[in-house]
Amino acid sequence: MRTSPGRKSKPASETRTIGGRGGNVTETALEARHLFKVFGRNPKQAVQKLKSGASRTDVQDAGTAAVIDASFTVNKGEIFVIMGLSGSGKSTIIRMLNGLHDITDGSVVVGGDEIAGVPASRLREIRRDNVSMVFQHFALLPHRTVADNVAYPLELKGVSKAERRAKANEVLAMVGLDGWGDKLPSELSGGMQQRVGIARALAADTEILLMDEAFSALDPLIRREMQEQLVELQEKLQKTIVFITHDLNEAMFLGDRIAVMRDGRIVQIGTPEDILTDPANDYVEQFVQDVDRARVLTASNVMERPRPVVAESAGPRTALRQMRDAYMSAAYVTGKDRKLLGMVTDRDAVKLVRKGEAALGSVIKPVPQSVSEDEVLMNLFVPAVESPLPLAVVDAEGRLTGVIPRITLLAALGPGPNATEEITLPMPPVPQAEIDAVLGEADAATGEAAATEEEVR
Amino acid sequence: MDGFRIPLGEWVKTGVDWIKDNLEGLLDFIAFIVRFLVDGLTDILTGTPLVVVIIIAALIAWAVRSIWMAIGTAVSFLLILSMGLWVAAMQTLALVIVAALVAVIIAIPLGIWSARNDTVRMILKPVLDFMQTMPAFVYLIPAIVFFSIGVVPGLVATVIFALPPGVRMTELGIRGVDSETVEAGHAFGATPGQILRGIQLPLAMPTIMAGINQVIMLALSMAVIAGMAGADGLGKLVVEAISTVNIGKGVEAGLGVVLLAVFLDRVTAALGTPGDYPSSLLGMLSRRRAAQRVEKTDAEAAQADTAKLSASGQRRAVL
Repeated sequence: MRTSPGRKSKPASETRTIGGRGGNVTETALEARHLFKVFGRNPKQAVQKLKSGASRTDVQDAGTAAVIDASFTVNKGEIFVIMGLSGSGKSTIIRMLNGLHDITDGSVVVGGDEIAGVPASRLREIRRDNVSMVFQHFALLPHRTVADNVAYPLELKGVSKAERRAKANEVLAMVGLDGWGDKLPSELSGGMQQRVGIARALAADTEILLMDEAFSALDPLIRREMQEQLVELQEKLQKTIVFITHDLNEAMFLGDRIAVMRDGRIVQIGTPEDILTDPANDYVEQFVQDVDRARVLTASNVMERPRPVVAESAGPRTALRQMRDAYMSAAYVTGKDRKLLGMVTDRDAVKLVRKGEAALGSVIKPVPQSVSEDEVLMNLFVPAVESPLPLAVVDAEGRLTGVIPRITLLAALGPGPNATEEITLPMPPVPQAEIDAVLGEADAATGEAAATEEEVR
Repeated sequence: MDGFRIPLGEWVKTGVDWIKDNLEGLLDFIAFIVRFLVDGLTDILTGTPLVVVIIIAALIAWAVRSIWMAIGTAVSFLLILSMGLWVAAMQTLALVIVAALVAVIIAIPLGIWSARNDTVRMILKPVLDFMQTMPAFVYLIPAIVFFSIGVVPGLVATVIFALPPGVRMTELGIRGVDSETVEAGHAFGATPGQILRGIQLPLAMPTIMAGINQVIMLALSMAVIAGMAGADGLGKLVVEAISTVNIGKGVEAGLGVVLLAVFLDRVTAALGTPGDYPSSLLGMLSRRRAAQRVEKTDAEAAQADTAKLSASGQRRAVL
């Protein structure tokens, strides 16, 4: 069971697992090796100095170093986010990927083609056929209708008019703009204009999409909507997307992997979880503080090994023992392959033991709440509250892979690298029997039953 | 210091003489073309029945601006006629139109070139400043030397004088096109020529049209001065009025220039910003066409919707 309709699922996490699932060999769509970009009078000399360890301010006289020794690879079908504040060089980098800025030093390989130093005509071919781009301020042609804007890349490719028109309408429908083709861009709202921008890039039908702060000029609500739509489109189309942003939340939401830039250098590349839980330096850590962790971390990031859990084949005695050790009033029951079958309560187990039955099968109850591994924490709070046991986490095949006690969920929201590690209670509670003895209660049996009814944690 | 003097004027005179002696063929050719164009246009304007010229002018005004502008145009042309200035006005109009055309044909490519090349821009800027600030009469002297008196030196001086705003505004317009939009052209693999034709020129058009408007206005003001060089037209009448201190004649000729100026200015200004004049003939036509297009697509959309409805039994909201 995934989520109830009212709650938002996070499709991005599904694409995130595609690369890793079943050990697929990931293909490289784009590779940047030791990229340098220096604006100014003597760029080559500045690069030499930078290579021998000079800092950005050291080479100020020779030129402004916008990008310093940046290397990364982008895999086919992933969203690769380059994140940094203004002036960090991210916009320069993305323009080097399609040759809008020439490369001072290093190399960029797009689908097997080297970009650095190729003649202008070849570069235009690559831009027409391999790499398209979406711009921060949309960059639509105000004198052309929406459909003609979308068809612009096709026009440059020399596609016939009827074919252009058909493709434009198809792509417009894809971004939710069918029927708007005859309007002028100025008649559309900002969000819709950027949809046209995206549609134009999609119409070019290129493997790689470069998005330069594509949503930064939109207001927050529209931005959220566009992010979700992009993720949806990406699930369908499986493009390779390089996305530039200064907004870490956006980076975390969209990115399969994120490169964090500072002062022209890439300081960390990793999955959103990597960057959140294991920031490479103080700078990244400072950044990460503002991130809404509940929207980034997933169940699999915070879950603990399942406990208490008994195999279906084990008897009620084992179940009771497990529950006692874990201070729980119920335990999960798994079948073959650790498949989650349900849960058994202590009362039922006690009854079984009293009756002398050896099989748990008759008393297994359905689990009221379980969540999938890639659910974000945001969507776990309600299930966690409703679940009498630590929240069960199951994988795509329905196997019980872990549990999330409420306390773990809480701790995961706090900053610091330890937040997602398994929490051990500082001190186990005094055993019930001891308390009973101390209080000298007469009716131990009923008391114990009532007390264990509540969850210990 | 009294005896010391740089003979700059002498040098220029020598240069001018050299050109006159050595490039006579070229000068004759230019003179022939100019005379052919101006005389031809003058003949057409004066040869056509008055009423037809007035109606065409009024229609042009209506097409780009409004019915009121058309009426105003007809009234001012009739006024010119009633002052007995018709032929002179048509001669001036012909001179202005040819001069403006030549200036625009030279100015726009120059403007494009200097927008795309900083070196050209650096060289062109002081040259344009020089052309614009040099007193206009001064151009007449070498022009008369080259082409003797008549309409040709007047036109050459007019072209030189009217050229700079055309170049400047073209350059300004192209440089002012949103850089991200131009970048988008590059990013989708457009050639520089495609970017110029498909993005830069259309987006710079309002500014370029403002430049052309300036060219025409300067050409008109210079056309009057060209009267001093012997070019026929309102200018010549003004010059005559000055030399005979004839107030009445001077005011009438001057008024004729003003009426022509207002007509030319309003028409070319409206061409640059067609969206501002919804009541013009062209505006009404394009709106009708747009309405038809929308109706058509609405009908198509409705058809598609009903098709969808029947297919899935469920209607998906657009946005």
